[in-house]
Amino acid sequence: MSGIPHDHYEPKTNGEKWLNSRLPIVGLLYDTLMIPTPKNLNWWWIWGIVLAFCLALQIVTGIVLVMHYTPHVDLAFASIEHIMRNVNGGYMLRYLHMNGASLFFVAVYIHIFRGLFYGSYKAPREITWIIGMLIYLCMMGTAFMGYVLPWGQMSFWGATVITGLFGAIPFIGDAIQTWLLGGPAVDNATLNRFFSLHYLLPFVIAALVIVHIWAFHTTGNNNPTGVEVRRGSKAEAEKDTLPFWPYFVIKDLFALAVILVVFWAVVGFMPNYLGHPDNYIEANPLVTPAHIVPEWYFLPFYAILRAFTGEVWVVQFASFITGGIVDAKFFGVLAMFGAILAMALAPWLDTSTVRSGKYRPMFKWWFYLLVIDFFALMWLGAMPAEEPYATFSLIASAYWFAYFFVILPILGVIEKPEAQPETIEEDFNAHYGKADADATPAE
Amino acid sequence: MSHAEDHEGTRRDFLYYVAGGAGVVATGAAVWPLINQMNPSADVQALSSIRVDVSGVEPGTQLTVKWLGKPVFIRHRTGAEIQEAQEQDAEGVDALPDPLARNFNLSADAPATDANRVMPSPEGEAAGAWIVQMGVCTHLGCVPLGDAGDFGGWFCPCHGSHYDLAGRIRKGPAPENLPVPPAEWTDASTIKLG
Repeated sequence: MSGIPHDHYEPKTNGEKWLNSRLPIVGLLYDTLMIPTPKNLNWWWIWGIVLAFCLALQIVTGIVLVMHYTPHVDLAFASIEHIMRNVNGGYMLRYLHMNGASLFFVAVYIHIFRGLFYGSYKAPREITWIIGMLIYLCMMGTAFMGYVLPWGQMSFWGATVITGLFGAIPFIGDAIQTWLLGGPAVDNATLNRFFSLHYLLPFVIAALVIVHIWAFHTTGNNNPTGVEVRRGSKAEAEKDTLPFWPYFVIKDLFALAVILVVFWAVVGFMPNYLGHPDNYIEANPLVTPAHIVPEWYFLPFYAILRAFTGEVWVVQFASFITGGIVDAKFFGVLAMFGAILAMALAPWLDTSTVRSGKYRPMFKWWFYLLVIDFFALMWLGAMPAEEPYATFSLIASAYWFAYFFVILPILGVIEKPEAQPETIEEDFNAHYGKADADATPAE
Repeated sequence: MSHAEDHEGTRRDFLYYVAGGAGVVATGAAVWPLINQMNPSADVQALSSIRVDVSGVEPGTQLTVKWLGKPVFIRHRTGAEIQEAQEQDAEGVDALPDPLARNFNLSADAPATDANRVMPSPEGEAAGAWIVQMGVCTHLGCVPLGDAGDFGGWFCPCHGSHYDLAGRIRKGPAPENLPVPPAEWTDASTIKLG
């Protein structure tokens, strides 16, 4: 599967040969697991495994939670309490599922920002990046619909606000919103379909994950130097790489164990820390909670949604040139989705020929500012929609767009990159010293 | 008859187009029910009209009822509230963020004067004593709070939209006035919604 030369599976026994000539599945798994991996990968490269673990955790805990949950407006809230109080170990399963979603997003954000810093999105890995963005969108959809299922106040009002975004689309918005909800407002029909889709989407994600892995196994992994693995011969490639099993699997599992210690501490000692107390009040269509806040992982984009009010000149200008079709509400929706689209377009917006941010002296600082900007937006998304937060949100949103649409294109032209190592081996030896010939693995 | 060299307008081409077209139509016909099943079901549509007894709503108070899954505010305004709402009128509707009445019972281009927002009063009550409107913020659908905000009317706690005593948007991100639903008196103390 990989473009990097390496040993392939050879069936040895008669049984293996029999199977291989009918279904070469062992060879597929062998090649996937033994993929040559750049040997200089640092700790930022462990989050893929964490993400795979999260997907498995969510699917497994989700399937067993469904055995006790009832998707009906009169019974959903009570069935969650039933899980919490009566079902054997139900509270732990639910807390794992709730906090598993948070771990999932922690991991995906670190994974995305790792890609943004080391230029993992650049040619030839654009498809990997785009598939990754699709996975991220599916994750957001799944998490949003999952949060509606307990039928608490935040579930109901979060669903009302977010489906209201579709109502902002000019001309056909109302029809789309009614179609999504199955009625004039969030009600039983909405709960039922969200339950169905919440069960479906994780399997769509699992399929996309396979394509994601397929894509980067075809191009080979990026690495902290951004320098490609030498592919002239197997011997040359082996100087730059180690097989994924056992070297990276063991490293990743060690990292996963450390992360799970923290995760279990949260699940065990503060399982509701990342939730909202309002969601332990049953949904009431006639009372809005004083302060509707989405889950923490949506806050940066929620801040962007709210930043563009009718007082902002860009909004007024957009409204003017479209003859009022793009109003403040629709502009906010476009900005929110545009913020994610901007990330997806990074491979074509970044004009620099240097992949890794390590060798880009100016890029580095703009990137660090983007990370700060992300956290600032997250904080602002949780604040009430009033001054001074409104102005801060606008500035932070503007930087998000400026980074992708202005800074990335310009830096590639004006920046003078630093010298990169010739090979991954050279970088590896510079860090860890030249390996002794006897101790060099896989030779 | 050789079709291999001459493909222009052959009988086989015609069959390809017919078969392809039929396939597209059949696929569309098969997908449509899967999409349409998500539209409101018959029982949801059946609840489109309700009658509300408002005899117990004293001046200065408000009744909130659920209609089409959404809250409807039925407010009995006091004399002072009517006066205040009409004073806001004097500034002219063009100064409002949304100059249209958004009243289902009137034409779509009716201006947002207080008189165009209220219910016709039953006999023996001052004009503008009753106002009926959807309790759904036109920004993102939260329920505004009554007797709140900078203009004495409603205030949406979600993103800070202020509505005046006639339910007109005055400040904040909401683009439109609170919509007035189809409403009429069936007798002196009953309002029919829908």
